[in-house]
Amino acid sequence: MDRIYVDHAATSPIHPDVVQEMLPYFTEHFGNPSSIHQFGRKTRQLLDEARVTAAKSIGAQPSHIMFTSGGTEADNAAIFGTAYANSGQGKHIISTQIEHHAVLHACEELQRQGFEVTFLPVDEAGRISIQALKETLREDTILVSIMYGNNEVGTIQDIQTIGEILKEHQAYFHTDAVQAYGVLPLNVQELQVDLLSVSGHKINGPKGTGFLYIGDGVSIAPSFFGGEQERKRRAGTENVAGIAGFAKAIAIMAEEGHQRAEKYEGFKKTMLSIFKEEGIEYLLNGSAEHSLPHILNVSFPGVKTEVLLVNLDLAGIAASSGSACTAGSIEPSHVLTAMFGKTDRTKNAVRFSFGLYNTQEQIEKTARETAKIVKRLQK
Amino acid sequence: MSTRQSKSPEETRVVIGMSGGVDSSVAALLLKQQGYDVIGIFMKNWDDTDEFGVCTATEDYNDVIAVANQIGIPYYAVNFEKEYWDKVFTYFLEEYKAGRTPNPDVICNKEIKFKAFLDHAMSLGADYVATGHYARVVEEDGEVKMLRGVDENKDQTYFLNQLSQEQIAKTMFPIGELNKPEIRKIAAEAGLATAKKKDSTGICFIGERDFKEFLSNYLPAKPGEMRTLDGEVKGKHDGLMYYTIGQRHGLGIGGSGDPWFVVGKDLKQNVLFVEQGFDHEALYSESLVAVKPSWVSSKPMEKTFHCTAKFRYRQPDKGVTVTQLDNGTLEVVFDEPQRAITPGQAVVFYDGDVCLGGATIDEVIKNGEPISYL
Repeated sequence: MDRIYVDHAATSPIHPDVVQEMLPYFTEHFGNPSSIHQFGRKTRQLLDEARVTAAKSIGAQPSHIMFTSGGTEADNAAIFGTAYANSGQGKHIISTQIEHHAVLHACEELQRQGFEVTFLPVDEAGRISIQALKETLREDTILVSIMYGNNEVGTIQDIQTIGEILKEHQAYFHTDAVQAYGVLPLNVQELQVDLLSVSGHKINGPKGTGFLYIGDGVSIAPSFFGGEQERKRRAGTENVAGIAGFAKAIAIMAEEGHQRAEKYEGFKKTMLSIFKEEGIEYLLNGSAEHSLPHILNVSFPGVKTEVLLVNLDLAGIAASSGSACTAGSIEPSHVLTAMFGKTDRTKNAVRFSFGLYNTQEQIEKTARETAKIVKRLQK
Repeated sequence: MSTRQSKSPEETRVVIGMSGGVDSSVAALLLKQQGYDVIGIFMKNWDDTDEFGVCTATEDYNDVIAVANQIGIPYYAVNFEKEYWDKVFTYFLEEYKAGRTPNPDVICNKEIKFKAFLDHAMSLGADYVATGHYARVVEEDGEVKMLRGVDENKDQTYFLNQLSQEQIAKTMFPIGELNKPEIRKIAAEAGLATAKKKDSTGICFIGERDFKEFLSNYLPAKPGEMRTLDGEVKGKHDGLMYYTIGQRHGLGIGGSGDPWFVVGKDLKQNVLFVEQGFDHEALYSESLVAVKPSWVSSKPMEKTFHCTAKFRYRQPDKGVTVTQLDNGTLEVVFDEPQRAITPGQAVVFYDGDVCLGGATIDEVIKNGEPISYL
């Protein structure tokens, strides 16, 4: 059976050049970057170069980059790190109802620890209200964490405008850019963010890699204690091979990112036009104008998410609901619930997310197969 | 009318309900070995997440994942918590409230495993569903029949008695020809992750927990008096719902002589009736009336017929004469007086190895009258 992978928002295949880049760091270049000898120097050099590559990709300086084990750690480091370091200035945090769980659950933990968190609601397109944000800001607000592009529905927030608003405020501005990075050009100067999270495995890099951008003057408590790695903010011997691969993935992305975005926009149009042509009932979830190019979220009325996903899998097509499920408990997506309330629309939603190896032919086949299953189930 | 298909195994999709136990694990393995297009599905019917966020369903699902990967079949999970609550648990509580002893597994099979799950399987293109029940399906006289599992100790047709011809026709019971030691042996030889897993006991949603404590979370317990049928007070009971007819343990009546047994309940007065001696005559009856009969065959049953019956799981069969009454209920007359017939339990009928169907015990008759103290 021909397998089609349209779940790149979950994870993406590693680019073959990335694998090649990594291999020597498992074998001949195994040194500890903190060692004084030539083995250490070799990997230290790699680390420094990787930091430059990462910094360049978002218009930052190498000293701003803290390598992490991925997006979740970057989010946690940003949120706990700034909360702990700045609780003297206040204990109020602003986030949104549609954040990734890495942000949501971190904020909820802070609530248990005595911080106050306001989760901004969103409209039906998944956008927060800038006005509401302004009204929510308080003197004692120390952190605003608002994701760049949503991982379930793809909706993009107006990060630059928020950055502008927060410029004169004491609160640090963090954005989870895990999904946006790699498909949209990001520049921390223009966006005026203080903290920005990125993951390696969403951009054809290895799992277990990521970074947190930490702007100048941001006061942040360390995540781990131990050695002096990552400017004493994250102790522990670096994931050298992983970072080598991550840097390569960033380099490839810098070259091809823009073309990919255009390609994915085309895929979206293709799928929607096939759904229309097949005459199946569907609802587009998310924003038509402010959306990540590679994420398409659609509800098919009368078709349960889990039934459609299993049918697609049996047909060789890997898609997702976008929200985690364990042991059969598909929680209705918190993102869709924030957008639409407790309606059936949240139980009929499927996310298709495009990536590196997807072809026009695959996308057409995915859309036709989906339509076929939906027709069978919508009866 | 048979829907059994003549497709080759490779073209036959079988969706098997996997619980994470050894029986359904081996059932899945056997289907796979027979060449079927097998899909394993874990049903989550009950949320028992504890205060630490841990739930046994997650552990069980992890076992399903391990076994499915060993066998080489795709696996998924499906959530029927709402259906289970509405169809099974609500019934379970209602019955206890009414002073009866319900059998939720019978309703779970009828409404969840062979309805909601079967529908779900069909939506995935299944030709059959399968489960790890100890029962068999054969095709005979143009329809399908449900036979007892070969392992007399394990036979589960008692719990499957409410299944219809349509349901059975789409069902496979891959382990019905085997006995438990053979199942364990197959699992061990195949190195299945669940080979040594302990059998689950009790009602699925209560698990290993204290039944009394569980029930008290949902129904208020009203303590009251324990009396003999003559009115002699023998002690206190914790709440009528905690006792079933014929029960010996947990009464706490001391003294000399034979042990004491529950023989009845008076819901209005909140009295639990007890008498002394296993074979006390108050425990015996001559017939029963059962409601909501269901037959496996789609052909009409004769108005009156003789067969064997079970009144509780794992009891030996007894000879009975069944008469279908005009009001849709069944009169079941015992060849010999029977002990501790309990309202709410299933009465299940057999012709040799063939399970004919069953009904729910509603009234118990003694000397031509419904027993007043039940």
